[in-house]
Amino acid sequence: MKNNSILYIGILIFGIAAPFVFPAFKVQLSILCVLIVLATTWNIQGGEMGYNSFGNILFYGLGMYLCASVQVGMFFPLAEWTESGGEKTFVHTPAQFFQGMAVGLVVAAVVPTIVAGLIGYSILGLRGHYFAICTLGLGVAAGEISGGIEIIGAGQGFTTPPFPDVGSLDSRGEFFYFLSFFTLVLTFIAVRSIYSTRFKLILNAIRDNEDKAEAMGIETMKYKIIGWMISAFFCGLAGGIMGGLVGYIDSTDVAFDGREMGVFMVLMAILGGKGTLWGPIIGATVFHIFKEGFWTFFLGWQYVALGVLIVVIVIYFPEGIMGWLREKYPERFGEVIDEKDRKAQVELK
Amino acid sequence: MDFMVFQYPMISVQACLDGILLGILFALIAYGMALQWGVMNIINIAQGDLVILGGYIAYFMYLYGIHPAWGVIVAPVIMYFVGIAIYKLVINKVVDRDLFISILATFGISILFMQLMNFAFGADVVLANSDYGTTMLFNNNVVLPNSKIFSAFISILFAICLVIYMKKSKLGRAIRATAQNARAAKILGVDTEKVYAATFGINAALCGVAGALISITFTIHPYMGLPYTIRSFMIVIVAGLGNLPGVAMSGMGLGVFEEFADYILGTEFRIGSVFLLLVLILIYRRFKLSRKREYLK
Repeated sequence: MKNNSILYIGILIFGIAAPFVFPAFKVQLSILCVLIVLATTWNIQGGEMGYNSFGNILFYGLGMYLCASVQVGMFFPLAEWTESGGEKTFVHTPAQFFQGMAVGLVVAAVVPTIVAGLIGYSILGLRGHYFAICTLGLGVAAGEISGGIEIIGAGQGFTTPPFPDVGSLDSRGEFFYFLSFFTLVLTFIAVRSIYSTRFKLILNAIRDNEDKAEAMGIETMKYKIIGWMISAFFCGLAGGIMGGLVGYIDSTDVAFDGREMGVFMVLMAILGGKGTLWGPIIGATVFHIFKEGFWTFFLGWQYVALGVLIVVIVIYFPEGIMGWLREKYPERFGEVIDEKDRKAQVELK
Repeated sequence: MDFMVFQYPMISVQACLDGILLGILFALIAYGMALQWGVMNIINIAQGDLVILGGYIAYFMYLYGIHPAWGVIVAPVIMYFVGIAIYKLVINKVVDRDLFISILATFGISILFMQLMNFAFGADVVLANSDYGTTMLFNNNVVLPNSKIFSAFISILFAICLVIYMKKSKLGRAIRATAQNARAAKILGVDTEKVYAATFGINAALCGVAGALISITFTIHPYMGLPYTIRSFMIVIVAGLGNLPGVAMSGMGLGVFEEFADYILGTEFRIGSVFLLLVLILIYRRFKLSRKREYLK
């Protein structure tokens, strides 16, 4: 336990110092924070609950559009803004920008949570691959439909309010970095405290055998919906931040990007190890470094690499980094191993 | 929203006929999916990308001066081997595993194919022109391209051939036996590994036929695969596995639905409405099943 607190303080100090130590990587570090948030919250219902969703991108994209729309709509007419060139005619003052961002982020977090609660009852009743495909369909449908709505830019996209001039040029990167880092810390604290309660055990029970869990008197549907809502909350928040960070929202390429972000969050969680606290964090970090390297050096081939990576990870490495470490050093995870038993198992293999 | 389609009955007739001809094509793809879902218990997200790849084979024949209709014969032959290669490389490692693993693995294949096709064939929307002309019906009020009629006819032909093959041939019987009980089939001397490979190959070949037909009748684009996967998945869950008339009927139903959605909501919402329909069908299915479960209690 003592080691852990040192680790946390170390990470916190690193996190606060990082944008000043590596000023060139501010945007990358902010994206990393968002990716970790997405992977960690995907893990709540994907890893712990066993409901593998491709559709968390729905909440992410919803949050992105909502945050930007609120930020614009609070002060200026939204329709004129999106009708190309709005960001040139209307300029947010710093106070308006931050006010709008704050309200926008709250809306971006709350509305997806409500949406998750509303659709949760019908969708979480599906099991296994039906759930996976249904959520995949949901994500794509959201992208296609939002691409046809005029007021949020339809096919031509939506430019989020540019960062106001507050003096220093670095302030945009720092603002978004600390925003995403704060969200990451918030997510981590929330998820960690969730994982130390009975709620996590209930989620695990649902994953292991839902019918038995129900027979034991757990209202599985209630807990499934709550789990999904927690996921949606943080996904929406992450989406809102990412919208401001990217500066431009397109329905299928940025917001509801099932081919990129929607798969990334699943892949990161699996790469790190499903159903662990640290797995998605490690997975996201490794994945982001790998991805950025690939995206830079093999420009154009990134999706080929992504496809191969998915296949390789899924087939050869489904237990993830944490699972692999756990198998290798079980003592570190507080598991007491009977040597005799272990030997017998090795012989069996 | 545009309800013109209901005001002029001829447009409705046009939409219905278009939808039925389109739906027969969907049903062919869905038949392939039902086959490998039933036999191997795998949902192949890359199904649509196999279709598009088949389409590009026909398109290339067209580019080199061969009539694209011959693609109906060439594409399945090539796609059969592509399917077997995919099976040997990836699918045989996920057959007995968790379903989600297979979904994710085929999703990876889908992304890979999408991008490779994008590199190889470019990101343009293309079509292979068959020069079949059109048929006018009902006093020239309804226009049907002959290529659509041709594609529906070929789809039906292939489906019938496959049904007969599955019923009569030795491999067909082995496939059906494996679908019923893989373990028992193994005990009785069926080489299930070979059966799986053949099933996947046949599925890919069917996708190849459908793709060649799509490249003649509609357009193809490297990123258009996923909607075909979703459509075939939807058809299969509505019809049920191994229910061939059901697959044909729900395929046509989906085609008609899409045409009407196209007229009423506008073309930009066409794909969106397909995906939304999938979600609605799954939700409907979930409530129906849960009522059944309660009844059993």
